[in-house]
Amino acid sequence: MNVEGPPAAPPPKALEGVKVAEFAVFAAGPMVGKHLGEHGATVVRVESRTRPDGFRVHYPPYKDNIPGLNRTGTFAIFNDSKLGITLNLKHPEGVGIAKRLVAWADVLIENFVPGVMARNGLSYEAVREINPSIIYLSSCNMGQTGPKASQRGFGSQLTSQSGFTYLTGEPDGEPMLLFGPYIDFVAVGFGLVAVLAALDDRRRTGRGQHIDLSQYETGLQFLAPALLDHEVNGRIMSRMGNRSPEAAPHGAYPCRGQDRWCAIAVCTEEEWRNCCRAAGHPEWAEDARFASGAARRAHADELDALIGAWTSRLTPEETMETLQAVGVRAGMVNRLSDLFADPQLGHRRIWRELPHAELERFHYIAPPYILSETPAELRPSPLLGEHNGYVYRKILGLPDREVERLIANGVIE
Amino acid sequence: MAGENRSLDDRVGLLAPYRVLDLTDNSGWLCGRILGDLGADVVKIEPPGGDPGRRGGPFYRDDPDPAKSLAWFAYNANKRGITLALDTGPGQRLLRRLAQRADFLIESSPPGYLDARNLGYRALREANLRLVFTSITPFGQSGPYAHYRASDLIAMAMSGFMSLVGEPGRPPLRVSLPQAAMWTGMHAAAGTLIAHHYREATGRGQHVDVSIQASVLWALANAPANWSLLREDLHRGGSRIVGRSMTGARMRAIYRCRDGHINFIFYGGEAGKRSNEAMVQWMAELNEAPEWLRQKDWGAFNVASSGQEEIDQLERPFVEFLSRRTKAEFAAESLKRGILGYPVADVRDIRDDPQLEARDFWQPVKHPELDATITYPGAFARFSAPACRIARRAPGIGEHNDEIYGMELGLSDDELQTLRQGGIV
Repeated sequence: MNVEGPPAAPPPKALEGVKVAEFAVFAAGPMVGKHLGEHGATVVRVESRTRPDGFRVHYPPYKDNIPGLNRTGTFAIFNDSKLGITLNLKHPEGVGIAKRLVAWADVLIENFVPGVMARNGLSYEAVREINPSIIYLSSCNMGQTGPKASQRGFGSQLTSQSGFTYLTGEPDGEPMLLFGPYIDFVAVGFGLVAVLAALDDRRRTGRGQHIDLSQYETGLQFLAPALLDHEVNGRIMSRMGNRSPEAAPHGAYPCRGQDRWCAIAVCTEEEWRNCCRAAGHPEWAEDARFASGAARRAHADELDALIGAWTSRLTPEETMETLQAVGVRAGMVNRLSDLFADPQLGHRRIWRELPHAELERFHYIAPPYILSETPAELRPSPLLGEHNGYVYRKILGLPDREVERLIANGVIE
Repeated sequence: MAGENRSLDDRVGLLAPYRVLDLTDNSGWLCGRILGDLGADVVKIEPPGGDPGRRGGPFYRDDPDPAKSLAWFAYNANKRGITLALDTGPGQRLLRRLAQRADFLIESSPPGYLDARNLGYRALREANLRLVFTSITPFGQSGPYAHYRASDLIAMAMSGFMSLVGEPGRPPLRVSLPQAAMWTGMHAAAGTLIAHHYREATGRGQHVDVSIQASVLWALANAPANWSLLREDLHRGGSRIVGRSMTGARMRAIYRCRDGHINFIFYGGEAGKRSNEAMVQWMAELNEAPEWLRQKDWGAFNVASSGQEEIDQLERPFVEFLSRRTKAEFAAESLKRGILGYPVADVRDIRDDPQLEARDFWQPVKHPELDATITYPGAFARFSAPACRIARRAPGIGEHNDEIYGMELGLSDDELQTLRQGGIV
């Protein structure tokens, strides 16, 4: 900057003024709040000190490998951009305080097994009494109704019930796990969309909303072509490694180095000719075995061996750059370390390294959409009960003496 | 704005007042589908001859006809369809006219393509300051890879997803059914609605720049935290869970059973304790629990500090026990007993799941052009009111040209005829 001027005003926030109360655990609920918070909503995460979020307790990675309630990256990564308070809902006075928060909120997010919120006096029906226009998002494995509604479970297993595991792996091998609770994050996206649409409807009609989100059913949206294929063709789609019914070469090819790979997808004849030239093997394009997409798919094993022999001499970066330079789709299989060095993710400021009292510094993740006028702004994840003072005094307006009494009585834990 | 000239007066839905122009290819279809499910009036704009994504399989009765692509059906339901040649002057003028009356525009062309035709965000904002303009590209509108080409496989690789999936020592894997466009369409809908919220408060639209690579990042769950805190790469564990133990131990989660596989895990914590005890109880009732396992104190079991030897020893009786069960048996008993786990379901298992039946998840959709009714996966969520459902099947190529260009834009039959002859629509 060569001109000194007054500091620019911070950009406006798209969701400024939206108030969210989060009674949620693990990932599927809290991540909805994170996404609302990073665009400016005021999100209050309600936690228990006697029964903390499992991600605070028994989920690595921990800073310096030393466990602690504020030392796990797994809690941090899903809970930035919100305020954290502690409240004991098992205490007779707990529900009364929770209801004050609910009266303040525009949106309530919960992801317990159906029945838990009701036992805590916070069912949709109870909450609607206090706040008729609340948007109440219930996210659970199987939905609020049906014979399996009460089934407990984690996303890492639900991902298998939802068909993703069956569709991952080599054709002759076992189904492969996807990393972590894959389906939770599908439910997060759909939950976020549902809340935003309900907010718009409420602005125009004043109407509140109970949203019953079955994580299972959200996952099936990602599987729709396979479900229709079964419906109309009777086919049970199965795993096929990295092969594609429409492209060849199509796979992850070994590169120079330990466990280094580059993905290549050749979709047209022009791309195939360019791929052969870039690899220094124009004669492949003349080979009858590879003369068409169908021929290449029929000889995919031989094709993969030739491509792999070429890529093995190059690093993944060299392979990617060589092929992209001639318009062939190629991309290195990024490891976690590569993601943090990826120039494109860096350009988009995906990693937001922020100070944190116990983690020192932590990389929070910005959303995949950049809004030109109202960019996301991330704030560090809360320590357990970090914002009790602000939320109870400033947001709920409780007098100091009342807050002290609630702390002394174990209501605010 | 979009409230005018509704051709469907009975449309309901949370987003019913709004008009969406959907110029995406299959990397962005889901975004418009979601907005349509929520009641928005979504107009899919295809090039004359049809969206190239229609050429992707699987197809209705395996007939490779662009009018019968099942992915097209799945992700373009709840849209009307028109054709428009954006490479022509008259086509560009028509899009500008449509954009003046629209609330949203979603597109997935390479960065610069629309700008070069004076149809990019800057140009259309001149005509409609309120427009929310969402662009979906593999890597984003700018940056070192902005002009790189990609596909589902490339996006799954560059997002890091594949590095965590597959057998150790064998190639990293994607999911065999393309997923990157799903993550992207869903996130694009969220980003679009966040911009919408701001527009409704201020009257100002904006440009929403969605990256497919970044959209898949959340499929990595908490994995990036391992690098942030410990500078550790996690390695794919095949059918075993990695990253749950500080010792680096891997825990089996996929177990072979009589007719397929089951995903079961012995967890720690309170939830794990209840589940593990219930599982051992089931085994004991069938006399298949070794004495040491019956005596196991699960309250003292901590996944995060367990070593590989302990994990391996623990999993053996479960491997044996589950190898003698079926998927259906496990589904029934895990539900009854509160065991954490599910079968590794295929599409038929899913179709037969009584839970989805009880929730009335499946939705029959009429396809008069095929003289058929096809059962679709239904709504992504249930709202107290109004319902989120499929109100119309995906459009045929140019199916609503007359309705939209004629009845809504007010073009005369002669004008439409000229456009048709010129290959504009």
